[in-house]
Amino acid sequence: MTDTLKGMRRRTLLKSGLAGILATGVAPLIFTRGAYAQEFCNAPTGDTVTLGFNVPQTGAYADEGADELKAYELAVEHLNGGGDGGMIPTFSSKTLKGSGILGKKVAYVTGDTQTKADAARDSARRMIERDGAVMITGGSSSGVAIAVQGLCQEMGVIFMAALTHSNDTTGKDKKRYGFRHFFNAYQSGIAIAPTLGKAYGTDRIAYHLTADYTWGWTQEESMKNATEALGWKTIAPVRTPVGAGDFSQYITPVLNSGADVLVLNHYGFDMVNSLTQAVQFGLRDKQVNGKQFEIVVPLVSDLMAKGAGASMKGIYGTANWDWQLGDDASKAFTKSFGAKFGQPPSQAAHTSYVQTLLYADACERAGTFYPPEVIKALEDYEFDGLGNGPTTYRGADHQCFKDVYVVQGKQAPANPFDLLQVVDVASKDAVTYDPAIFGGELGPDTPAMLIVDVLISNPGGRFSR
Amino acid sequence: MEALLAQLLNGLDKGGAYALIALGLTLVFGTLGVVNFAHGALFMLGAFCAVAFRQLITLESITIDPDQLSPWGTPLEIKTPLAQTWFGEWGSFIVEYSVPLSIVFAIPVMLLIGIAMERGLIKHFYKRPHAEQILVTFGLAIVLQEVVKAIFGANPISQPMPSALQGAADVGSWLGLAPNMVTYPWWRLTYFVFSIGVLSAVFAFLRFTTFGMVVRAGMVDRETVGILGINIGRRFTIMFGIAAVVAGLAGVMYTPLVPPNYHLGMDFLVLSFVVVVVGGMGSLPGAVAAGFLLGILQSFASMNEVKSILPGIDQIIIYLTAVVILLVRPRGLLGRRGVMES
Repeated sequence: MTDTLKGMRRRTLLKSGLAGILATGVAPLIFTRGAYAQEFCNAPTGDTVTLGFNVPQTGAYADEGADELKAYELAVEHLNGGGDGGMIPTFSSKTLKGSGILGKKVAYVTGDTQTKADAARDSARRMIERDGAVMITGGSSSGVAIAVQGLCQEMGVIFMAALTHSNDTTGKDKKRYGFRHFFNAYQSGIAIAPTLGKAYGTDRIAYHLTADYTWGWTQEESMKNATEALGWKTIAPVRTPVGAGDFSQYITPVLNSGADVLVLNHYGFDMVNSLTQAVQFGLRDKQVNGKQFEIVVPLVSDLMAKGAGASMKGIYGTANWDWQLGDDASKAFTKSFGAKFGQPPSQAAHTSYVQTLLYADACERAGTFYPPEVIKALEDYEFDGLGNGPTTYRGADHQCFKDVYVVQGKQAPANPFDLLQVVDVASKDAVTYDPAIFGGELGPDTPAMLIVDVLISNPGGRFSR
Repeated sequence: MEALLAQLLNGLDKGGAYALIALGLTLVFGTLGVVNFAHGALFMLGAFCAVAFRQLITLESITIDPDQLSPWGTPLEIKTPLAQTWFGEWGSFIVEYSVPLSIVFAIPVMLLIGIAMERGLIKHFYKRPHAEQILVTFGLAIVLQEVVKAIFGANPISQPMPSALQGAADVGSWLGLAPNMVTYPWWRLTYFVFSIGVLSAVFAFLRFTTFGMVVRAGMVDRETVGILGINIGRRFTIMFGIAAVVAGLAGVMYTPLVPPNYHLGMDFLVLSFVVVVVGGMGSLPGAVAAGFLLGILQSFASMNEVKSILPGIDQIIIYLTAVVILLVRPRGLLGRRGVMES
């Protein structure tokens, strides 16, 4: 042994050391990443593939979060061959057979975003680094979705956004690794304007109360543009903090503002509170400028309609989907969800379920979990049979294009779940726009963060071929 | 003019809540010398008394009707509140008026909670520095809110108001203005009247009863009252219980305005401390005056005309006022000379 050591020179030692490093398999990750196309964050190695469900379990959007989680559980059950399969049989793509994804059983981990961007990033990072999630999905709140989408782009993990409605998610903040099935504020404005024109006329003065973050701002701008095109005027909008609880001090100035329409750019519990309080203030019984005062909630869901109760009756809004749509896919999903949870699914639940199926299908079609290939499979993909009719996942901004529904709070519900009715449908063509209007760059399909950086900063992260 | 009147009304109902919470807080500081950071949690517990009462009286019996189907094809479940089954129309009345009725439920519960809190924990910290009192009561507040979260969940639970008090009153026409110019929700007016009622009751109790007289004497000079052979400690414990009841009642009546969640107390805690500081630590009239003053200021700061000149002022006005008061008059508006001025 001593002889051997004596005989070894520095040059020999270096040579053998390098050979040793190469042999361990660590080196290719560091030096030759491009040469190994199958290296990526959290590539599934065993019999299972782990998905990360990142939803608000507390905070202003917790109701939506709870429903999203139910939908994810259902999607996992159906992907693994359980239950009645939900929308898998109606889906135009026939790659999903109930045998997991690419033969691997689907497992999942969950996180609480708390409806806060930093908490959401932390929980997404935890699911990626500790739990080995190969895909992150969830919402609600566009602020959260944009923050998590940015993280996923850095980490090279696909983010299938659930409930996020800001134009920015697939506009100025769009990312190559982020995909959105849900519609956006711009499409809401385009869809609802003709209905508002018919119902309330073209000579109206609107007052906006707006949630003070990315979604509220883009929703307000989209509604302002769409209604001003009708001939409406807009009073300077008022921004309100998210989770304010009591909105009364923002509602009292509406009473004598000269406005005859109140547009509530609020969502979740905020919308339930602001709408209920606005109705308590007698706004809907008022006559202003010789017209009946009206309230509009551009983005509305069943859960909010349930929370707002009688205040919601007759109020117009838009929705991505409604459980009472008559197509086979919607019926199949409602049946499956209703039987399991004793309530119909909300639009948040629907988009979460659909996004999970779309990811699974894209992996099957790509034949791999390798994100750049899955991204290619999703970009410009055309599909049907998931409840929204023919739909396109546009490659230029990763936004889905499909019909948008104009809904109204039902005056005489037939059952406790019969809260909204679809009164108009804006066609896919009508709500399709030029991706250039919102700017933004998708970025590369290889993650921005070098794998070597991750290895140094995050020794616990799982990387494999 | 109409806009100012509407904002003033709004300030009064907000001020009512602030004054009720701050009154209890300053009462505890004035009697026991304790800075009670768990006071916001008492407001939250009061709100959950209303929630618990309603859950109790709306316990449902579920029957399955095989002839009717749910929208997804399973047999329809029919839920009937037990109160309705047992008491008929009287039962539906109880369900509808659950929030005001839960006051009766909340008073003994909050009194017990208050006394238990004082005897069980806070009395051990009388001789400790204020910093330690703040730490222990803040810790208690976190424990209480986590307990509520564990029992009732994290989401807000809305409490309906009685149908007779839904909608808005035409306050403008009462004052001779044109009809429907200034309308204000009946429940918020009720809240304001209720807060005035509770505040008056507390002041009357302290002013016109022997018990109250002893407590007031104890607040001025505890030692002398003790030397006279009066068990002032026991009276102060009861005052702690009363402070808990006042905060709890403020919480009960607040539930139809904003659905309560476990975090409600923390939202009001900082505000109520600012109210006490502005009014003067230990000063009861100061707490009430500052409560209404800050409520009205906050309401006016939310007007578009004000916000267009000073953006974001609605979020900071209360703290700005506190800073000015601390700089100009550290003892607060109606505080005793020497308190916080040494």
